[in-house]
Amino acid sequence: MKFLSDSAIERLRGSAGAPDLSGTRYRLLDRIARGGMGIVYTAQDEQLERRVALKILEGSGANGDFANRLIREARVLAALEHPGIVPVHDVGTLADGRVFYAMKFVEGQRLDKYIEAVASVPDRLRIFLRICDAVAFAHARGVLHRDLKPANIMVGPFGEVLVMDWGLAKILSSEVSGASCENDPEATIFEKPKQLATAAGETTEISVVTGHGTVMGTPGYMSPEQARGDVEHLDARSDIFSLGALLQFLVTGHPEPVPQSGRPHLDKSLAAICSKATADLPAGRYLNVQGMALDVSRYLDGLAVGAHEESIFEKAARFYRRYRFFILLIAAYLAMRVLILLFMHR
Amino acid sequence: MDKEDFGAGGDRFPPTRRSVIEAARSIDSGEREQALELLCAAYWKPVYKYIRWRWNRPAEAAQDLTQGFFAELLERELLDKFDASRSRLRTYLRVCVDSFVMNEDKAGRRQKRGGSISHVALDFAAAEEELGATAIDPAKIASPESLEEFFEKEWMRSLFALAVEDLRKFSDERDRARTFRLFEAYDLEGNEKLSYDQLSKDYGISVTDVTNALAWARREFRRIALDRLRELCGSEDEFQREAGAAFGWDAK
Repeated sequence: MKFLSDSAIERLRGSAGAPDLSGTRYRLLDRIARGGMGIVYTAQDEQLERRVALKILEGSGANGDFANRLIREARVLAALEHPGIVPVHDVGTLADGRVFYAMKFVEGQRLDKYIEAVASVPDRLRIFLRICDAVAFAHARGVLHRDLKPANIMVGPFGEVLVMDWGLAKILSSEVSGASCENDPEATIFEKPKQLATAAGETTEISVVTGHGTVMGTPGYMSPEQARGDVEHLDARSDIFSLGALLQFLVTGHPEPVPQSGRPHLDKSLAAICSKATADLPAGRYLNVQGMALDVSRYLDGLAVGAHEESIFEKAARFYRRYRFFILLIAAYLAMRVLILLFMHR
Repeated sequence: MDKEDFGAGGDRFPPTRRSVIEAARSIDSGEREQALELLCAAYWKPVYKYIRWRWNRPAEAAQDLTQGFFAELLERELLDKFDASRSRLRTYLRVCVDSFVMNEDKAGRRQKRGGSISHVALDFAAAEEELGATAIDPAKIASPESLEEFFEKEWMRSLFALAVEDLRKFSDERDRARTFRLFEAYDLEGNEKLSYDQLSKDYGISVTDVTNALAWARREFRRIALDRLRELCGSEDEFQREAGAAFGWDAK
């Protein structure tokens, strides 16, 4: 029996462990990331001569639940055509039995890395608004992301913002609109578990993938109800909690409120937006992403935000901040008039 | 492995056989013996090298202890006591080896045994040669993690070597001996400078043919290795974990 050197074993592990792309239009280039259920590689699409990203399940179809989740993620992405959501090109099963999907290769940085170079709060808020656009679009299509966090947001070289990793996405009932949710904050807006066809023609229940009592998400960004595994009662406000934590991260560097001592002062209006979005009870949060985005936009425009009731002094300070140029111009004009009058009466 | 094991005709490997643990607990003595042979084929080299390294035994003593260990595994029905939910089979066997060597020391005995595993050829000379070729960091010898690591590495080497041997037979049976030679040259011999282009010139075939041949060989190797691995695991859970570790799925 042939002796295998250490380097031969490593080579075997690498080559046999790498996805077998024979029979596909892709040529493997490099491994770029590893997620909860799959590895992301870059590959060359030989037909269209472009680089793509391939998300490939770990292990050949042995775990049906994960295969279903990956297929489901690809289908969710395919249903969400939006500039802020990474587009999916292809889905299938490789010759080695592993399930994969191909998506746009995003050359950029993760949000947490990107903002290290973005010092201005307004610039960070503008990025946040683009994230809100994509999430609001998904909600309008009946999809919850459920894992919004800086690591799942990519910012491209031209400032384009893309929401990635929809592996934990939950499909809401298309019949249930945001309005009914507003009327009944405690309403369960998920469909009952239904049959999901797999690539192999088998069927399985979605509840197996994201069943009641299963905790999936990221601590710090996960809503309390999601952390409890209360999957059936999750709605758009769970993502709003995550967006609140994301906003908090963008302006303070932490997803949760931190003591202000030694840290830059966080504006009360901005703190109130974060606080409302991350309220413990869903009923205390924004009803939809548009509401939250509107408050952030109003803050950027120097207007009053719905999340914070201002005192007369705060109103005056905000009025001053917003119209500082005109106020200073008028003040300068008046000062000049006074000086002229004084000069003429001398 | 016998030729018949692969089945006549068809392109696929035989379906997964039952776990060695299940077979070892069978009431059929023939099946039990087969299970031990299977276990022995995969583990004798790691056990021998481990006794040589961990217990610092001379070659002859280590040979006796290795044969004695597998004989005891059958005699004392040690596999019956293995609980897949509590540990991995590999760890259990390593602990059994440690207990066995210590007990042998206490009893002050060293018997020549091995009748029950006579069907497996134990090429100790080759194992000695391999041991000499294996890089061991003397600074790590005392650490328990390094013992586990050493045993795991040798077990992986043994598993992959068996799978390579199976692949060679499998390729021969399907008139794909050249495919195996390409695989051997590119993936096993460790020549970093060898390219697909060079192989296509050496064998007078197109680069696409080289690519396809290597893809086939790797796919089959992976399947064969996983098949062997499944047999050698105590549970499906253990198999999933071991498969991940064997192919580096959790490496990054």
